[in-house]
Amino acid sequence: MDLSYTPEEEEFRARLREWLAKVLPTLPAKPSPDDWPARRAYDLGWQRTLHDAGYAEVHWDASPTTRLIFLEETERAGAPYVGANFVGLLHAGPTIAAEGTAGQRARWLPPILRGEEVWCQGFSEPDAGSDLAALRTRAWRDGDDYVVSGSKIWTSHAEVADWCELLVRTDPDAPRHRGITWLAMPMDADGITVRPLRTLAGSAEFAEVFLDEVRVPAGNRVGAENDGWRVTMVTLSFERGTAFVGEVVACRRVLGELARAARENGRWDDPVLRRRFGRLEAEFRALWRLTQWNVSAAETGGGVPGTGASVFKLRYSHARQELYDAAADVLGPDRLDLDRPWVIDRLSSLSYTIAAGTSQIQRTIVAERILGLPRGR
Amino acid sequence: MSVRFQLTDDQRALQAGVRELLGRCFGREALRAAVAAPGRLDRALWRALGGAGFFALRLPEAAGGVGLGLPEAVLAFEEAGRALVPGPLIATHLAAAAVPGAATGETVVAAVDGELVEWLAAADRVLGDTAGVAPVRSIDPLTPLHRINGTAPAAGPVRTGPMSTDPVAVLLTAAEQLGTAARVCELAVQHARTREQFGRPIGAFQAVQHLCADLLVRSEIARVAVYAAAVTADPADIAAARLLADEAAVRGARDCLQVHGGMGFTWEADVHLHLKRAWVRAERGGGSTQSEELLAVRLAG
Ligand SMILES: Cc1cc2nc3c(=O)[nH]c(=O)nc-3n(C[C@H](O)[C@H](O)[C@H](O)COP(=O)(O)OP(=O)(O)OC[C@H]3O[C@@H](n4cnc5c(N)ncnc54)[C@H](O)[C@@H]3O)c2cc1C
Repeated sequence: MDLSYTPEEEEFRARLREWLAKVLPTLPAKPSPDDWPARRAYDLGWQRTLHDAGYAEVHWDASPTTRLIFLEETERAGAPYVGANFVGLLHAGPTIAAEGTAGQRARWLPPILRGEEVWCQGFSEPDAGSDLAALRTRAWRDGDDYVVSGSKIWTSHAEVADWCELLVRTDPDAPRHRGITWLAMPMDADGITVRPLRTLAGSAEFAEVFLDEVRVPAGNRVGAENDGWRVTMVTLSFERGTAFVGEVVACRRVLGELARAARENGRWDDPVLRRRFGRLEAEFRALWRLTQWNVSAAETGGGVPGTGASVFKLRYSHARQELYDAAADVLGPDRLDLDRPWVIDRLSSLSYTIAAGTSQIQRTIVAERILGLPRGR
Repeated sequence: MSVRFQLTDDQRALQAGVRELLGRCFGREALRAAVAAPGRLDRALWRALGGAGFFALRLPEAAGGVGLGLPEAVLAFEEAGRALVPGPLIATHLAAAAVPGAATGETVVAAVDGELVEWLAAADRVLGDTAGVAPVRSIDPLTPLHRINGTAPAAGPVRTGPMSTDPVAVLLTAAEQLGTAARVCELAVQHARTREQFGRPIGAFQAVQHLCADLLVRSEIARVAVYAAAVTADPADIAAARLLADEAAVRGARDCLQVHGGMGFTWEADVHLHLKRAWVRAERGGGSTQSEELLAVRLAG
């Protein structure tokens, strides 16, 4: 067991640190969370900056350890989050890289890396959430196109996306998992209506997407027709693997800020609060170690993150909620004031046990796939 | 080439070797025999452990030791915890350099830890100040206990001993807790697979599945915390490891008990032995309070 880095990795870290120190002060001010076009421009601009400096492909081509260092250092330096580039860099991009044709890779991957195009993920539907394979959005072949009708929901960044990685049902008669196809849908096609949904935190982070006979060229299909479920599983395992590395670093920083705030306002004198922080510090230290463990396992065992990701996701989503509950204790009555730091974050943390597979679904995955318990139902 | 935070082949071999050894010297029958003879320390077992290098593991080879490090010690103590090996293992291990005979298993060493001493009567040497010591009826049938200040609540400063001042003692305790955590997870899963109710294995019921999933999640997060602390030997990492390992062992044993139903409440099932030992270990090294405060101080700077 070794927790040290190689000289090359340390050099990568040092170079990155130096570059971040130079470039971050030159960035424009962060846009308001409600101004989506500005957020899009800001997030794409950051990706372009990374691209020009040679860091664009770190999510895809670098070794897991290099990626870990990249995410750790960018977060530590306070660099912008992937934001609107999330689906492109962490879902759709890796899926296309793994399953797309040479032509598809050439068409879609460079604009993602250069910060030119935003992707969104159209998987969930009103009647297909945890039970994603129940999705009903229909697509049928008409000449060189698929014609798509149905509706998607909870689609993050839909308002500003250029492309949507879309799951559709192409064979309603086949067993559920065998009649699904993965399409790249241009968001400016006719027949698409996007209706933003306001989250409990007040901003519009996701949307409903209504599809009325939208024509998608058959050449936009990634993988074979009716093989979309397998293609999707590749994407989801990416999402549950490395997507949260930067967030753990961020949470550890917040924990330190909260402790200092508590010292300033006197609440640190309360041993109950202090001990709670001690426990959270233990938790986030361990989550960081689990991240390193999973990354090492990925490095020795191949590209797709393994089942350690479910263990991580379960523990992390809960820990993040505990963190912001502790923030509320530091704030005292100010915890009810939306203009105070951490209050909005506390609201946002509520989505973590739901998005990307609820905690209940994750537990079932752990029980059935890792522990080998008999399947329920 | 990079962070290799995984067990090496040698470490895996050591883990398997210790498990095999303990399976031979301290299998289920020996465990139940020990439960039936409380307070008796099996000297033959102790010498066997000594002979296998359990106590001399971290002594330099020049001093007749095995010359391995904390990560290897943690793996060995995880196995001991999993097998519920009785005796003052950690005190003897820590005394390997200082107390003659400890390294080989000839001398059994106990040590004061806060207000408690485990295995005082059976030990050849007791480290720390034992004035005013009195036996208590131990909750764990496999760990005889003495209380230092008698049975009255502590007045004045808590006395310390070598067990409560050395962070390595806390780390090795966490390793033992990890062994229990992993073991109770296995026991729960085994039972859930085989016990049938309503015409199917209870492990097909989601409520049971989710108890088992949480058992695994807790033991796996504790595992990385314990292993990382063994690599860094940083007191804050050790404190974190103990908090996660205590939780994984204590809550794990309780959930395992729940999965076993009425069987879990019996003396016959091993679950209670894990729970009781986990409670005893959780008391060591100042308990969770000390670790929480240490981490809080690190945090607030
Ligand atoms: C902030 C946010 C962003 C999102 N972004 C996207 C996106 O960009 N694209 C996209 O496609 N989707 C997105 N989602 C959707 C997300 O994947 C789903 O919300 C999630 O999978 C749960 O589905 P559901 O909302 O339909 O809840 P349901 O599946 O209806 O679940 C409701 C409750 O029932 C429980 N439950 C359901 N089935 C079971 C079962 N078998 N066993 C035990 N309990 C069960 C769940 O755990 C939950 O507690 C996003 C969600 C959120 C919150």
